[in-house]
Amino acid sequence: MTRSCNGPTTAGVPAGACTGCAGSQPPVHAAQPLPSRREFLCVAAGCAAAATTAGCTDLTHTGWFRERFRDLGADEKAGILADLAKEHSERFHKPVTVGAEPPLPGVEFGYALDISRCIGCRRCVYACVEENNQSRDPQVHWIRVLEMEKDKGIDFAHANAYYDAEKVPRPGHFYLPVQCQQCQNPPCVKSCPVGATWQEPDGIIVVDYDWCIGCRCCMSACPYGARHFNFAEPEIPAEQMNPKTHYLGNRPRMKGVVEKCTFCIQRVRNGRYPACVEVCPVGARKFGNLRDPNSEIRYILEHKRVFVLKTELNTRPRFFYFYGV
Amino acid sequence: MGTIRHFIHFALGSLRIVTRGNLLYWLWVGLLLVLIAAGGVAYSRQLGEGLITTNMRDQVSWAFYIGNFTFLVGVAAAAVLLVIPAYVYHWKPIKEVVILGELLAIASIVMCGLFVLVDVGHPERLWHLIPGLGLLNVPSSLLAWDVIVLNGYLVLNFVIVTYLLFSLYRGRTPAKAFFLPLVLFSIPAAIAIHTVTAFLYNGMPARPFWNASILAPRFLASAFCSGPAVLLILMQLLRRFTRFEIDDRAIWKVAELMAYAMFVNLFLLGAEVFKDVYSNTEHLIHMRYMFVGIGEHKAIVPYMWLSVFCSFVAFLLFLVPATRRNTITLNVGCVLIWLGVYLEKGMGLVIPGLTPDTLGEIYEYFPSQVELWVAAGIFSVGFLVFTLMVKVATPIMLGEFALDRRPGQPAPVAH
Repeated sequence: MTRSCNGPTTAGVPAGACTGCAGSQPPVHAAQPLPSRREFLCVAAGCAAAATTAGCTDLTHTGWFRERFRDLGADEKAGILADLAKEHSERFHKPVTVGAEPPLPGVEFGYALDISRCIGCRRCVYACVEENNQSRDPQVHWIRVLEMEKDKGIDFAHANAYYDAEKVPRPGHFYLPVQCQQCQNPPCVKSCPVGATWQEPDGIIVVDYDWCIGCRCCMSACPYGARHFNFAEPEIPAEQMNPKTHYLGNRPRMKGVVEKCTFCIQRVRNGRYPACVEVCPVGARKFGNLRDPNSEIRYILEHKRVFVLKTELNTRPRFFYFYGV
Repeated sequence: MGTIRHFIHFALGSLRIVTRGNLLYWLWVGLLLVLIAAGGVAYSRQLGEGLITTNMRDQVSWAFYIGNFTFLVGVAAAAVLLVIPAYVYHWKPIKEVVILGELLAIASIVMCGLFVLVDVGHPERLWHLIPGLGLLNVPSSLLAWDVIVLNGYLVLNFVIVTYLLFSLYRGRTPAKAFFLPLVLFSIPAAIAIHTVTAFLYNGMPARPFWNASILAPRFLASAFCSGPAVLLILMQLLRRFTRFEIDDRAIWKVAELMAYAMFVNLFLLGAEVFKDVYSNTEHLIHMRYMFVGIGEHKAIVPYMWLSVFCSFVAFLLFLVPATRRNTITLNVGCVLIWLGVYLEKGMGLVIPGLTPDTLGEIYEYFPSQVELWVAAGIFSVGFLVFTLMVKVATPIMLGEFALDRRPGQPAPVAH
């Protein structure tokens, strides 16, 4: 388990994610005298005896006998990314890239949503679907916009996610969009029996879709309904598929795994805003680097009164709500 | 070398026993095989199309499968209710049947494993749970702990049962120094499988219905009712169909213990209901969904009242000495307890815990055809495993199946 701390993903990034293992083990991927877990599995699968390394590579690249992505060496990662890009390019008939951009040093992402501006138009919901290659059938939405009654305040028991309005906002109502809160103390990560989901040094909680066993513990553990399961094979029309993908984010998923909002990891690690921030017609969505004192997100935290959902659960979200006007 | 040769004889002899039986035996085994095949067909459809073939959705992401799993973890602990009087208090009438409890534990854990297997989206990736090859996320994940304790409990019971039966088969007195520590260890182990399974739910503050410290004690109390209910019926069947003699006192004693367990179970449920109803916070909504429904959403309400009714009537039947000693009321009580706890643990724990969901949405869950057939298949596997094991164990305990002795010949072996 400690080997994750030595992987290239986290190397050189100032972060709290690696405490407790400093110096306890030599870097695993530097000069391996012992067979790796992957090689061991290959032997166990009987392929080494017959077909040497070629057969072994085939097996590991198809996913079955592969290690968790974050534990792999740089070469293995590159091989897998290339394979995935090829596979998806063929499937969607266009050049698809699968990146694995690492977290940026000195960056911790934060989000703020102005509920006095949100009009409940759900453009964010559909921009997210398009950007992140969610299944269109069955529909998977990472953002749920809740319509609430003004005289009840934030009361989930009386919220309605299925409002069907001619015009929004409807009188007497306000809107509360909910997506992954990227908790600093994430109950989902804690509950996963195989470590298929974790918190990156920039605060984004990610899922390794090739390591997830689909037990759905994380879904029971999440207080925000932010995790979604692929109950069937996800269907994305080829012409609508977003070809710019990230391994830990919007690459096409398979059935039987859990997925969630990653703050558009494929965008934000390249200096762009998440799709929901960009599309919001009223500017209710704000995003930035919590560690940069001059960022907009820090300005909001300092000058507006913010709150987080379900404070009593001590999940400490990086997703804040505020009343801007 | 002698031991290995004897063990091979033992294994072959066991195989001979399970392949010979009367018409009733074959009808029973045939029925189970048909149901297993039906479950297999349903499961292959689920594997092909995904869990969309179940009625689980994001809002209710655990349901019938995990409910059955939870119930069966309870049944697995039944052995303990026999082990304690037998080995801690040296109560002889129960000592003779304690092995049945351990066989039931094995069959139950097999079913538990299968229910988890069918619930996950990627069963072929379950090797990710194996420490060393995969990554078992201990100490933080409760499901990881559950994997450890359930497998440990399975191995423990398997070793105890095999050792005891094999010793009897060879006509030797089991070495107390070896098996007694194991048997005694099975007591905390049984409590551990319950506690950890309860903690799996308990440790989720996102779900206030589960996040109550009374949950683990409730699990234990209901387990000590449901498991023995099966055993009581089984003991009577064995008594009727084999030369196995089971003292009435053993049956009555177990029934008496079940009455106490059921009292604690109902008391803890009452305590839980009081806390929620009197406090009347927003968390009451789950209890309301369970017992009165929310608006037009009332799918599970009748089942929950049926569960309370069954449990309460069974408690009275087992509490009054006259009714727990009467064969008819005793068996009615067993069925009522089984049904009461099955509904409570199978559906009453999981579904209201997830309804409404964390953002207040109500999705009314009811098992799909695929779920029902798969569950029927898994229960059939469990019954089949249990049947075969009892078929072998009975003649051994009667001394009819032993080394260097032909079946049917009476044996001098005492227990």
